[in-house]
Amino acid sequence: MTETDRLSHYLCIGCPLGCRLEVEETDDDIIVRGFTCKRGKLYGRQEHTDPRRMVTTTIAVRGGRWPRLPVKTRDTVPKALVREVCAALRDLEVKAPVAIGTTVAANVLNTGVDIVAARDMPLA
Amino acid sequence: MLTEHPVHLNDHYDVVVVGGGPAGMAAALGAREAGADHILMVDREKDAGGILWQCIHNGFGLHHFKEELTGPEYAQRYLEQVIDHNIDVLTDSYVYDIDRDKNLLVMSGSKGIHRIGGRAIVLAMGARERTRGAIRIPGTRPSGVLTAGLAQKFVNMQGYLPGRRVVILGSGDIGLIMARRLTLEGVEVIGVFEIMPHVNGLNRNVVQCLHDFDIPLHLSTTVVEIHGRDRVEKVTVAPVDDQLRPDLSKAWDIPCDTMLLSIGLIPENELSRRIKLRLDPVTTGPQVASTMETSVDGIFACGNVVHVHDLVDFVSQESELAGTGAGEYVTGHRRPADNIRLVPGDNVTYCVPQTISTDREHTVYLRVRHPERKCTIHFGDVYRRKLAYVFPAEMVTVKLQPRVLQAFHGDTLNVRVEARE
Repeated sequence: MTETDRLSHYLCIGCPLGCRLEVEETDDDIIVRGFTCKRGKLYGRQEHTDPRRMVTTTIAVRGGRWPRLPVKTRDTVPKALVREVCAALRDLEVKAPVAIGTTVAANVLNTGVDIVAARDMPLA
Repeated sequence: MLTEHPVHLNDHYDVVVVGGGPAGMAAALGAREAGADHILMVDREKDAGGILWQCIHNGFGLHHFKEELTGPEYAQRYLEQVIDHNIDVLTDSYVYDIDRDKNLLVMSGSKGIHRIGGRAIVLAMGARERTRGAIRIPGTRPSGVLTAGLAQKFVNMQGYLPGRRVVILGSGDIGLIMARRLTLEGVEVIGVFEIMPHVNGLNRNVVQCLHDFDIPLHLSTTVVEIHGRDRVEKVTVAPVDDQLRPDLSKAWDIPCDTMLLSIGLIPENELSRRIKLRLDPVTTGPQVASTMETSVDGIFACGNVVHVHDLVDFVSQESELAGTGAGEYVTGHRRPADNIRLVPGDNVTYCVPQTISTDREHTVYLRVRHPERKCTIHFGDVYRRKLAYVFPAEMVTVKLQPRVLQAFHGDTLNVRVEARE
C-alpha cells in the first residue's frame, strides 16, 4: 500500500467553514487531520468508516389530496444503499388516508429500518 | 388526521395573517398567545404550510424543535397547533388588495370575493423564486426552463418529472437538493453551474446532494445561451473571468431538455408597496421595529417577506414575535417605542429589525458582505462579540441584553464586523 492509498479526503459539513478533512488509515488506527473543531474530527472518522444517510423520497398515494406522499427512513441507512432504497419504493402505492408516522414499508432491504409517512395525507 | 375546521368567514377579525407558510403559522400562534381572540390566516394553496410541504428532505427544526425533521413534518407540527388553537384557516384564497386602514380584499375559491377588516394585520407572504428574466439569459424561449422550486413541487407533490436530461444553473440549496432528488428519480443531471467562484448552498448539500452522486459542480461558469424551438434542445455554457464576464472562446454546448434555475429569492411585497410601507433598499422588504411592526400602525411583517432567511427555525422565531406584536396591539398592550436605530456599517449589508428599544432583550439578524475568519461584531461601543467566522450565505444572529443598552444614550448604533489580528 502506498502513502496515497492510505489517504482519503472529505469536506466537513458541520458549518460553513467547510474544512477539508484528510483521513489516514494506518494498520491499527484512523487519523483525521484538517479539522478545526471536535465535531469535524468525529465527522471525518464517521464518514470514513461508516457513512450513513437519512433517505427521503415520495411514494404513490391513491385518493389523497396530493398524488405523492413524502416518506423517510426512520433512521439512517448506509450511504451505499440510498439508491437501492429509493428503487425498492418505486412501485409501492398506498391508499389515503395515511397518518404521519405510519410504516409504509418495514425493514427496507433488511437494514432493520422502516419507511414511514412524513405527513398526514387526508382524502381528496 | 390533519383536518382544518370549516371556516365561517367574518367581516372583522382581531388579527388577519396574510400567508399560511411557516411565518404565517408562527405569527397566528404568537397572536393567540398574546391574547387576540378572532384570528384569520389566509393561504393561497389547498393546504396551509407553505413551501415546507414540498421540501421533503430533512434538516429542519434543529433549533426550534431540537430534533431533525423533514419539511412536511415541520409543517404538520405547526399546522396542528394552529388548528388546535382555533385559528380560522382560509385556504385556496388570495389577498389581492389592502389599504392603510387594514381592510383586505380576499378572493376565495370556495367563498368568492370578500372584504375583511383586521384590527391588526400580519404580512407573511414569503418570497418567490427569481426567474430567467431576472438574469436575462440570451436565446430562444422554449419550454423546459423552470425554477428549481417549481420542479420540486412537480416531483414531490404532483408526481411529474420536469425532463430527462437536466442542467441546473445556480448553486442555491434548492438547486442542490433538486440535483439529488432528480437523480434518485432516474433523471440524468448533467451538472450544476455557478457563476460565482464559490458555491451558494450549504456544504452539507454539496456533499450529500452532489458528491454522493458524482454530480459535477462547475464554479465560475454560467449559461450564456438557451437553444430550442418548442423544447430546450441544448444550452451553451462558458467560464467567466473575475468581473463575471463570460469567455465565449471557451464556451461549450450541452444537449439537454430541461434547465432548472436556483438563483435566489425575491420577497413578495406587492401588498407592502400598495400601502406604501417604508421598505429597506437592501432587503427590499418592509422596515420593521423590534415588535416587527412596519411603518404603518398595526401592520406587522415577518419571515421571507421581510428578509430571505436560510433556516426555517429563524422564520418561526421572528414570526412568533410579529404575532405577539399584533396580539398585544389589539389587546391594548403597548410597549415603549423603539429609541435606537441600527445602522449597517463595515461588512454588514443589513440588520433586522431596523430599530430596537433599551427596555428588553432583542434578537438582531444581520448579513455580512464578504467572508471573514476570526472577527468581532460591534454594536457601536456598547456591545461586541467574537465570531469564529462569518459568511454572506449564513445569517448572523445576535442577542442584545437590556443591560448593555441601558448605559447608552445615543439614538443610532453602528453595526460592523471587523477582522481580529
